[in-house]
Amino acid sequence: MDMNQYLSMFIDESNDHLQSLNESMMGLEANPEDLSIVQVIFRSAHTLKGMAATMGFEDLASLTHQMENVLDLVRNNKLRMQDFIFDTLFKSIDALESMVEDITAGGEGKADVSAIVSSLQAIVRGEVPTAGGAAAEVTAAAAGNATDAQVFLDEFQYSVLEQSLQEGHQVLYVDVAIRKDCQLKAVRAYMVFDLLERSGEVVKSFPSVQDIEQEKFDYGFSLYYITQKDASEIQKMILNLSEIDTVTAVALDQESLRQMGQESVAATAEAPAPAPAAEAAPAASNASPAASAHGKEENKAAPARAGGAPSPSRTIRVDIERLDVLMNLFSELLIDRVRLEQLASEVQNGDLTETVEHMGRVSGDLQNIVMKLRMVPVDTVFNRFPRMVRDLAKSLDKKVELIVTGAETELDRTVIDEIGDPLVHLLRNAVDHGIESIADRVAAGKPETGTVHLRAFHSGNHVFIEIEEDGRGIYPKKILGSAVKKGAITQEQANAMSDDEAYQLLFAPGFSTAEVISDVSGRGVGLDVVKAKISSLGGNVTIYSTPGKGTNFSVQLPLTLSIIAAMLIRLGSEKYAIPLSSIVETGIVKQSQIRTIHGNKMLEFRGSHIPLVSLSKIFSIPDYDESTEEETEIVVVRKGERLVALAVQDFIGQNEIVIKNLGKYLPDVQGISGATILGDGQVALIIDPNAFIK
Amino acid sequence: MAEDIKVIVFKLGTEEYGIEVEKVQTIERMMPITRVPKTYSFIKGVINLRGVVIPVIDLRGRFSIEEAEHTDQTRIIIVNVNEMEVGFIVDSANDVIDLNRDIIDTPPDVVGGIKAKYLDGVAKIGEDRLLIMLNLSEVLNKGEIVQLESLEG
Repeated sequence: MDMNQYLSMFIDESNDHLQSLNESMMGLEANPEDLSIVQVIFRSAHTLKGMAATMGFEDLASLTHQMENVLDLVRNNKLRMQDFIFDTLFKSIDALESMVEDITAGGEGKADVSAIVSSLQAIVRGEVPTAGGAAAEVTAAAAGNATDAQVFLDEFQYSVLEQSLQEGHQVLYVDVAIRKDCQLKAVRAYMVFDLLERSGEVVKSFPSVQDIEQEKFDYGFSLYYITQKDASEIQKMILNLSEIDTVTAVALDQESLRQMGQESVAATAEAPAPAPAAEAAPAASNASPAASAHGKEENKAAPARAGGAPSPSRTIRVDIERLDVLMNLFSELLIDRVRLEQLASEVQNGDLTETVEHMGRVSGDLQNIVMKLRMVPVDTVFNRFPRMVRDLAKSLDKKVELIVTGAETELDRTVIDEIGDPLVHLLRNAVDHGIESIADRVAAGKPETGTVHLRAFHSGNHVFIEIEEDGRGIYPKKILGSAVKKGAITQEQANAMSDDEAYQLLFAPGFSTAEVISDVSGRGVGLDVVKAKISSLGGNVTIYSTPGKGTNFSVQLPLTLSIIAAMLIRLGSEKYAIPLSSIVETGIVKQSQIRTIHGNKMLEFRGSHIPLVSLSKIFSIPDYDESTEEETEIVVVRKGERLVALAVQDFIGQNEIVIKNLGKYLPDVQGISGATILGDGQVALIIDPNAFIK
Repeated sequence: MAEDIKVIVFKLGTEEYGIEVEKVQTIERMMPITRVPKTYSFIKGVINLRGVVIPVIDLRGRFSIEEAEHTDQTRIIIVNVNEMEVGFIVDSANDVIDLNRDIIDTPPDVVGGIKAKYLDGVAKIGEDRLLIMLNLSEVLNKGEIVQLESLEG
């Protein structure tokens, strides 16, 4: 059966499960007694195993199988989680990740995981793995065990079989034993498959087709088969081939299918169905205590799985291009809606007006949904960081706490896909070079545990992602010193540079060399790459640092497409939108409250003076000027700590708006970050409050 | 024999201009235009074309011809050049003709007050009809526009 079409689905789902494994493991580490987390981990591992086996990635399947064995003991209170078990499980997850990566890159997901497998097996046997000895001994067992996998049907195969049953096809479980004296058993097996494929479809075979082709099986194999023919007929057909010892074909109904699908081969062997002799043989030859023990565990595990059936997935995956098409079609619909509304108002027919109004409401809701489909929370990128920081801190022998906020902040999918790597770099940088060693921290009078804040938030047309730590900070003088030493700048240039400019040097290509690292505490490692990547996304990185107190890397990213809440305002006949996230408050000031300081209009706001910006002047609004008015409406906006009041004529109200860019032709317009289309089809420009705050 | 090309014909004042039909996305009637502050004077603003925001250029302004009132005949021709979508406001657009490339001559130095580099050539149709073929890349050339603006400003 051609599995290629399911490959991308497999990869996506595997990544999801790996992520969930990572998260749950982190959760479990924080809370080792919580068995419900173990259940979640077990289920993820189990599903992963099933999927991997289906797709023929046997290494993946066998590793997850070993993990399952460990987890099973834990959830049944037979094993307590300990550090080395965590480490081994984390290592297993890493190995799984690299296998999935290999598969993603077009490989076969093969990896040498024997060391991890033997550690896992040792854990199951209740041994604390020591560095060398035990591993070597169990590797042999592992090799034997690799063939001792099971015919697990994953949800997908199961549903295929179930559907076939419902459509009136026969679903058979076929067990074939080839004669022991057969010389070319792979060829015989091939003949069986060939024969079967002529009158039906093999959904799943054990061992996998590849293994059978490479003669990696004893003298028997089993498979699930969909056909129109009777079991007995199939049986006869196969027996007609030479050198076939026995054939058992059992027709399955829904009930037995469920049992078969969820239990191991070991279990089916005990089932009333004629026990496949050949299948039993390898199991017996493998009957080390560990093997039989896990056979029993599997039986025990089965009811638990049946009871706690994985909840159906709440999401589906859609090709981005389809969303784009959907969006374009929707835009067309909107135009027609507006036309219809116009026509209806001309025709003045009650029924028509009502229908058009209703259609307007429905399409309004539809619009919101369509637009939101492309938005993905940054959580999809952030979720791998806790694990990364944990590992990094552990390997550096530091104590680091990562605090993530704003993970629900949404970004366009296209941006999300790109920001992962730069953020990894910055986080590593923060943990590796920002946070001091425990001794240094204590000496500096700081708590042992360093804190790294990872936050995301919307501001105007941008999303900011900040990585802030309370580490040693960056000393601009040191950067300048090493830059001069390297000949990147002259001493005169260095003298003239502000702190901000000095920080920017960290992003200069080639700045990160070994001797610089020692001089400026390793800052600057590969930061030029980070900067380049973020710039290519149309973003920007800024560094704020207080020597001795910590550093904040602030990444500003654009939303290529996004929906934000905005305040619509009027200036004369023109309408503008101000992103709500930048607005501190709105109010009215009297002309007498406005003062002039150094020729700039200032305004007292909550005890301090803030500048008053005249939008009508900046934008040369033809039919409005606030200076002629007795009272002026103001919108106080913020960028970081700084505030500015914008003078406007009227507030129209709050609205969800879709950010659109102004098209490639227009140059960057100062103070304008984009445009949006209002309900009446008119374009309103979006004000970029950041532009007014220097 | 060079092949025939289809050309959209539009008017600015008394002159007739042509744009190859492949470069034209649609022709729209006048619609509300949102002014964009702090940009070139000939950029009239942006429009909402079926959900896409597109800048609109007054071609008269671009060619330094005196601007005229918009009428029932005024059209916005949406062109797509170098992946840029731009609308041109023209006095009217109501003809599509087949043109043989052979009859397009290189332009004289100045035609109707427009610099020669905006032109691909001039085609003589029939007895007394001259069609000015526009070089859209040049018309939309921003580098040149920046110079122009700084001269004016």
